[in-house]
Amino acid sequence: MRRNLRYAACFIALLATTWWGARGFNRGFTKTSVPVPVIDEITGIESVDYQPRFVPGIDFLGVSAAAASLLAGSSLLFRKSRSRSNDNTTT
Amino acid sequence: MKATRLLRFPTPTLTLALGLALTVSSGAAPLTFDFKDPKGVNNVSFSLDAPLEAINGSANGISGKVTFDPDNPAATKGRIVVETGSMHVPNPMMKEHMLGKQWMDAEGHPEVVFEVVRLKSVSTEGNGIRAEAVGRFKLKGVEKEITVPVTLTYLANKLADRTNGAMQGDLLVIRAKFSVKRADYGINPGAPADKVADTVELKLAIAGAAARS
Repeated sequence: MRRNLRYAACFIALLATTWWGARGFNRGFTKTSVPVPVIDEITGIESVDYQPRFVPGIDFLGVSAAAASLLAGSSLLFRKSRSRSNDNTTT
Repeated sequence: MKATRLLRFPTPTLTLALGLALTVSSGAAPLTFDFKDPKGVNNVSFSLDAPLEAINGSANGISGKVTFDPDNPAATKGRIVVETGSMHVPNPMMKEHMLGKQWMDAEGHPEVVFEVVRLKSVSTEGNGIRAEAVGRFKLKGVEKEITVPVTLTYLANKLADRTNGAMQGDLLVIRAKFSVKRADYGINPGAPADKVADTVELKLAIAGAAARS
């Protein structure tokens, strides 16, 4: 259990960091839409069309780090399991 | 002799001549442009650049009417309305806060209005007109008289191109760039300026249509 929790914590931290990096290392807050510039041919007006897209930000990284820390910390609540082979040799 | 000849003109000819003259003179009449854009291109973008955080967004819920005379641009008058609820920023929580009571209060103040009273310092370059629009700007219930540098581009007979020939008429493109202080309009004046800048940069780019039947 202790080991599984630590693996899960590492997995969450690694996944979050990879996802954050893959989506452009956004150092701002998380976005659920991204602006796409559009130019009207007749008037020349440049407008912004917001397209739905999830871009994780530093708040996402923070929450992921907190979750990973919580899992890693909770692993300390479990005792280290003794191996049976050790028990047999001592007796 | 000439007067006698004129009197001898048949009445229908005189009526036609008079009618033509009136039509020519009324060609310079002011046109009313409607800024409700079905294409959703009209927009106002806003940016607040604070040392710790930059906020960028836009609003596209624009409506209003402007009366413009190509022969007398200084007489331009009108009203541009931006729907507060159409303001958008990419972060959903930030958008919720922005439209909330403490900031823009979209529920209590659903419109931002700029009423143009007159244009001054008008200069013409090609089909573009540079001027300063003097008017009343109403934001979150606070109304102030402001002067905004504007560029107007009159595009005669271009409405058909924009509507694939469905409508005939002219277009008027208005561009403006100016700034306001959020504290002046009671937009969370107590918020720390290092996180949310007090100066709000506004950039307006809108096109209105004057259809001919």
